[in-house]
Amino acid sequence: MAKKILLDNIDVPGLASFEVYKQLGGYSAVEKALKNLSPDQVTGEVTKSGLRGRGGAGFPTGMKWGFIDKKSNNPRYFVCNFDESEPGTFKDRHIGQLNPHLLIEGMILGAYALGARTSFIYIRGELFYVLKIIEKAIAEAYKNGILGENILGSGYSLDLYCQPGAGAYICGEETALLESLEGKRGNPRIKPPFPAVVGLYGCPTVVNNVETIAAIPWIINNGYEAYSSIGIGNSKGTKLISACGHINKPGVYEIELGLPVQEFIYSDEYCGGIRNGNELKAVVAGGSSVPILPAELILRTTTGEPRLMSYESLSEGGFQSGSMLGSGGFIVMDHTTCIVKNLLTFARFYHHESCGQCSPCREGTGWMEKILHRIESGRGSMKDIDLLVNISKHIEGNTICPLGDAAAWPVASAIRHFRAEFEEHVKLQKCPF
Amino acid sequence: MPLLKLTIDNIEVEVEQGTTIMNAARKIGGHVVPPAMCYYSKLEGSGGKCRTCLVKVSQGSFKDNRPMPKLVASCRTLVQDGMVVQNTISPEVIENRRAITEFLLLNHPLDCPVCDQAGECHLQDLSYQNGLEETNTDEARRTFAPIDIGDLIKLNMNRCILCYRCVMVADQITDSRVHGVLGRGDHSEISTLIQNAVDNDFSGNMIDVCPVGALTDKTFRFKSRVWFTRPFDAHRECAKCCGKTVLWMKGEEILRVTGRKDKYGELEEFICNDCRFVFKQPKDWTIEGPRKIERHSVISQNHYEKLDKDENEDKNVE
Ligand SMILES: Cc1cc2nc3c(=O)[nH]c(=O)nc-3n(C[C@H](O)[C@H](O)[C@H](O)COP(=O)(O)O)c2cc1C
Ligand code: SF4
Ligand code: SF4
Ligand code: FES
Repeated sequence: MAKKILLDNIDVPGLASFEVYKQLGGYSAVEKALKNLSPDQVTGEVTKSGLRGRGGAGFPTGMKWGFIDKKSNNPRYFVCNFDESEPGTFKDRHIGQLNPHLLIEGMILGAYALGARTSFIYIRGELFYVLKIIEKAIAEAYKNGILGENILGSGYSLDLYCQPGAGAYICGEETALLESLEGKRGNPRIKPPFPAVVGLYGCPTVVNNVETIAAIPWIINNGYEAYSSIGIGNSKGTKLISACGHINKPGVYEIELGLPVQEFIYSDEYCGGIRNGNELKAVVAGGSSVPILPAELILRTTTGEPRLMSYESLSEGGFQSGSMLGSGGFIVMDHTTCIVKNLLTFARFYHHESCGQCSPCREGTGWMEKILHRIESGRGSMKDIDLLVNISKHIEGNTICPLGDAAAWPVASAIRHFRAEFEEHVKLQKCPF
Repeated sequence: MPLLKLTIDNIEVEVEQGTTIMNAARKIGGHVVPPAMCYYSKLEGSGGKCRTCLVKVSQGSFKDNRPMPKLVASCRTLVQDGMVVQNTISPEVIENRRAITEFLLLNHPLDCPVCDQAGECHLQDLSYQNGLEETNTDEARRTFAPIDIGDLIKLNMNRCILCYRCVMVADQITDSRVHGVLGRGDHSEISTLIQNAVDNDFSGNMIDVCPVGALTDKTFRFKSRVWFTRPFDAHRECAKCCGKTVLWMKGEEILRVTGRKDKYGELEEFICNDCRFVFKQPKDWTIEGPRKIERHSVISQNHYEKLDKDENEDKNVE
């Protein structure tokens, strides 16, 4: 069995309550850090553990904390990104719903390390029931002296709030999140300045993903070496993968980074193989934004090496033959899947979610959806396929925030790897599936 | 603070710390100035949205001579000492600017023949300079019915390019903003929650900052094509604003009053609604003389005037 860091105890009944969490050793990391470690020592542990951001970009967490503007006299903020709205990604919800105190414990450690006195969990509006669970857990933590003034007699005080958004994917982009948290329209900001210098209410701020934050208590309890001994290369520790699509056992799995993709898809410990013994056709490995890969390229790289579930291995081959670990939304498609139709669904999503600030994304996402709709419904032309490639090329890299790229990559990669299927739609003037 | 050196299209210029590439280019002038559909130097925080001003930075600075990985918005990117910028000499910039022009036109109704802005529209200028000769699209465009957002302003949302300038003007020079962007993406719209709500001494400036014909002067609507009117610089004593305006006249009649725009189409100074909408008699104004109009503009049609030598040279560069 693989090491469990985030999902250890996840099946214990009542884990969401303070008593059960505490009984299982919960809040020992807060006790240890607040009594025996300086904030810089906590940051040091996280840096040396090799933990990378689990929100999608994989940025080293300790390094990000190191960027916080220490010269500013303004208060600092630590913010948890719980907007989780990427199609295919549903791992943060699993933590928030079943183990909210783990998230709170991670929040306290991060806030302590950064010198924040106020922290926020920004949660996606649709997850209202999870908000209720977290609010209850926060109240319990206050009651037990884990939050509020002078936590556990350490002299350190922290207030923690959970704030729901109104259900916009773009509010997961960290600067749009901060705008929304300030009560404004959730438009991404133009960077620089970065949040570490000018963040929430203009103050130095760090935004981290739920899963990133939830890994911190274990690192503090067990030491950075224990964490960095798990994984492979620059992909340390464990990662939650939300697996869905045409597999026998969809769900949220905790894997040690470096697990072969083959094993993840076919072993009974994880996805349990393709439904009805069908043939694997393609995988979107890291949430809808990352490039799709056909079966042969998701299982093996072009050099014939087995593809591993790690930041490096999944991106090997660049965008020609690789993809990304992204946020860990693992979408599996069998041979009955129409790639065009699937892409149309993604394109509709990005069109719907674009904030509309910058012209390439605002106009390009809608245009791509219209063209894909035409091809899928049997009215497309060969020219449309090249036009799609062209549009995606002119969105990519030309926008304010990465949503533009996230809309462009799936289109470019689907046509790169499955062009024949697009052409078939045009030739037949209907969907062959 | 020492000045920073940079080159744009191989032309050297020195600027102060904190200058954007756009403003460095404006310091040089002529063809090196990227088009700006959203940036407005008088509005804090403007720019970064339309992406027409993207340029290539082929060397970041003397210290770090690597190129920047993506094209950057020149209106929001600060100059570093030793930067090498390519605008029109970069095929990549030209290609992407074309694509962005195409994006901006994708949902635009192209109803120039019935649009009051025609002749002084930045989107027309942009398309003329960077547009494709034929269209790649026959998709349906988004449509909205025109609405009144105040007694004096007509909103034709179909033409809006969502540059946010009118929002910033309302935020920054009026007492309170009652309009904004509703919704998301290409289905978002400029609107007021309550119709006819825009009522403010300085609201008319929203019309002047709008780069297209989305916001137009209701008192001028359909009275004349702008190139059939003659612009005169004029002023009056005004307690609310600078009182310096342009009168757009046909014969003895003042058809429209606007603020004075510089060569980038930006207002030199904002004017109040009294000057703009109330004082429409020639006797209300001291007329200074005919307004100089850029020779490439259609408004200069039939308005012959002698260009001075400097300006002639400038034109040759263009
Ligand atoms: C369109 C868009 C949506 C995003 N959505 C999320 C999200 O729902 N949750 C998240 O943690 N990060 C999301 N991100 C990434 C965040 O901007 C940010 O990188 C992340 O929260 C940083 O946390 P980490 O360093 O712990 O990964 C999104 C980014 C973009 C561009
Ligand atoms: S890329 Fe899209 S989502 Fe991001 S700022 Fe631009 S329009 Fe908004
Ligand atoms: S109405 Fe005009 S000024 Fe306002 S956002 Fe639209 S184009 Fe810009
Ligand atoms: S002028 Fe720079 S992005 Fe619009």
